[in-house]
Parts: sequence; C-alpha cells; structure tokens
Amino acid sequence: MIIRSSNQLPQYTFLKRFPVPKNFGLPATSRIEGGRTWPAPSGARHIKVFDVYRYNPDSGRNPSLDRFEVDLDDCGPMVLDALIWIKDKIDPTLAFRRSCREGICGSCAMNIDGTNWLACTRFISETDDLCPIYPLPGLQIIKDLVPDLTHLYAQHEAVQPWLSAKSPEPEAERIQSIEERQQLDGLYECILCFCCSSGCPSYWWNGDRFLGPAALLQAWRWLADSRDEAAAERLDRLDDPFRLYRCHTILNCTRTCPKGLNPGKAIAEIKKMIVERQAEKDQNVGG
Amino acid sequence: MKDGARHWLWERATALALIPLTIWFLASIIAHSSSGYGEFVAWLTNPLSMVLMVLLLAALFYHIALGFQVVVDDYVHSARKPLVLMAVRLGCLALAAVGCIAVVYTAFD
Repeated sequence: MIIRSSNQLPQYTFLKRFPVPKNFGLPATSRIEGGRTWPAPSGARHIKVFDVYRYNPDSGRNPSLDRFEVDLDDCGPMVLDALIWIKDKIDPTLAFRRSCREGICGSCAMNIDGTNWLACTRFISETDDLCPIYPLPGLQIIKDLVPDLTHLYAQHEAVQPWLSAKSPEPEAERIQSIEERQQLDGLYECILCFCCSSGCPSYWWNGDRFLGPAALLQAWRWLADSRDEAAAERLDRLDDPFRLYRCHTILNCTRTCPKGLNPGKAIAEIKKMIVERQAEKDQNVGG
Repeated sequence: MKDGARHWLWERATALALIPLTIWFLASIIAHSSSGYGEFVAWLTNPLSMVLMVLLLAALFYHIALGFQVVVDDYVHSARKPLVLMAVRLGCLALAAVGCIAVVYTAFD
C-alpha cells in the first residue's frame, strides 16, 4: 500500500522496533545507559510512565534513559504538557524546544513512542502505557531532546526557497489564478519541524549530501509556483545522484509528517519534471 | 539531464523491458519442459529467440548493475568506492557477455 498521508494508521504492527539489540552499532560514547527513576508525587492516582532520553554534554557521561512518573490529573492532555509538567514539578534540568503549543512552529518535534511527531499535537492517551521519548533520530544531540538542526537549515537554504523571477517587477502583486494557487496546497503548510528528514533511512546514511525530504518538498514548492521563473536552474542544481536521487521512495517522510503532507510525492514530481524537461529539449533539437 | 536522472530513467526503462522479456523467457522454458536437447537447441537458435535472448541478457544485467550501484552509493563511503563500483560493473558486463557468447556459440556449433 502506498502511504499518502500520516493519518493512514497502519493496519498491522508486526514489531514495535527493529529486532536488533539495543545500542547495536552505536559508538561507545553514544550508548544509552540506564538512568534514574523519578517517582510521581505522593497521592497521585493516575500515573503515566515516560522513559525520556537524557544527555548532558557537560557531565562527561553517556546518554541515559530517565523514567518519569507523571500525575495525569495534574497535567494537560498532550505529550508536551507532560514534558512541561516534568520540567516544572520534577526536574528543571530537562531540556527541550517548544514554543507555540499548537502545531505551527515545529519546535517540539521529537521521537514519541517510536514515531517522529510534534509533542504538542500528540495526545498522551495515544501513546503506549510505557512511552519512550527520544530526540529526533540521526542527528547530533546538543542536550536531552534538543538536536542540532544547523545542517538541515543549510540544506533548506541550498534549495533557494524564495521566489526567483527575471521578468520586470509588476506594479502590483504577481497575480495567480485560483488553480495556480491550488498547486501549492500541501506544500506551503510545511513548518520545517524536520520529522521527515530525521525519519528517512536514506538521510541517515547520506544526510551530508542528500538534501532530505524537508528541503526537497520546499524545492518542489518553488518549482510548482506559477510565479517562479527559475525552474531550469533549480532542476539543474537538483539533478545529482546524491542531492535528489538518494530518495528511494521509502515514504517514512509521508508516514511521519505531523502536518499530513506528502514529501515523497513532491520528490517524485521533481524526478518527473527533470525527465519531462529533457524530453522537451530533445523534441526542440529534433524539430 | 545528468548522471542522477539518467540512472533513474534507465533503471525504469530496463525494468519495463524486463516484464515482457521475462514472461517470454519463462513461458518458453515451461513450454519446452518436456522437449529433448535437439528441440531445445532448435528453439534457442531460431533468429527471434536469439535476438530476444540477447535483449533479455542486456536488460537484465544492465538493470542488475544499476541496482547494485544504488546499494554502493547508499552504503559504501570509503575511498574504495570507485573500485567497488568498477568491480560491480565489470562483473555484470562479464556475465552478460558470457551469456551472449553462449547464445551465439550454440547457434554456430
């Protein structure tokens, strides 16, 4: 079955995690050790257990998995509420990014219960009884749940995500028809939380050179824009075995997008456009 | 169109070509499952079969080489990568050549 949106729930779950031993193949300093347990305040009646990834570069110690017991009666419904509750009531040293708490800033992307998602739009009730929370996979970790996004932002910049037009600037706005504007639906909503790029196996192996689904969705967003006039230059930059063609349509990106977008389809559209443009060129040469 | 797109396009072109060629090959083998040696050689050496056989070998081993190149590009990050890629390509070329020579050899034997 081809996944078209993250709201398609899997029909079967064969294995919750890939069957290799924990810490398999990790460098010695990245192995996750057992952490401490932080019990719920006495008197708490509805308790939910979170295993949260902890890493403090100043401690000189390996990362660990701390167990927090959260009092659900004292805490909001979302995973982000639980993290804020932990930071307020249990351990103020827990580090994570958050801002809007309504799924539009993309700050609180993390790996919750095995899926990259925004902590603010994931209900606690949707997660397993023992819910593991890790930072986004495949990235350098700065502290606890805070990954280093520098390279991902650089890759976003590399696709030149801005309007590029050679025609003289019009008096007023550059007009789009309703149909032309509709081409951008499903593309402009991206909030750059990087759940997709960090969930892509191709990005894990070749993230240094492969642009990743987040940047490529933005590349297609500008290729699909009727006002943009730099399609040829954009495609020339993308036509590279590593920048674009490391995508093997695994579709983890589409499966994990908390905004329900389809980066896999956007990448397929770019590949199609490159071939179509070549066919046009060949026709012009022949005719 | 540069290396990336060319590789992508040929991977798909050979895959499409392989659908009818594989069906033809398997159907022919099954149809000749009760034939003797002479009948089988007669089938293989008729001009149509030889052409299709050479096309099948070319498409198959080119497709295999392209597929292995994906694996190498994905996972081999050492300085030996060009060597590995060369070995894959030469290996596939050699196998395709052996197959084609065998077909021709059977015809003129």
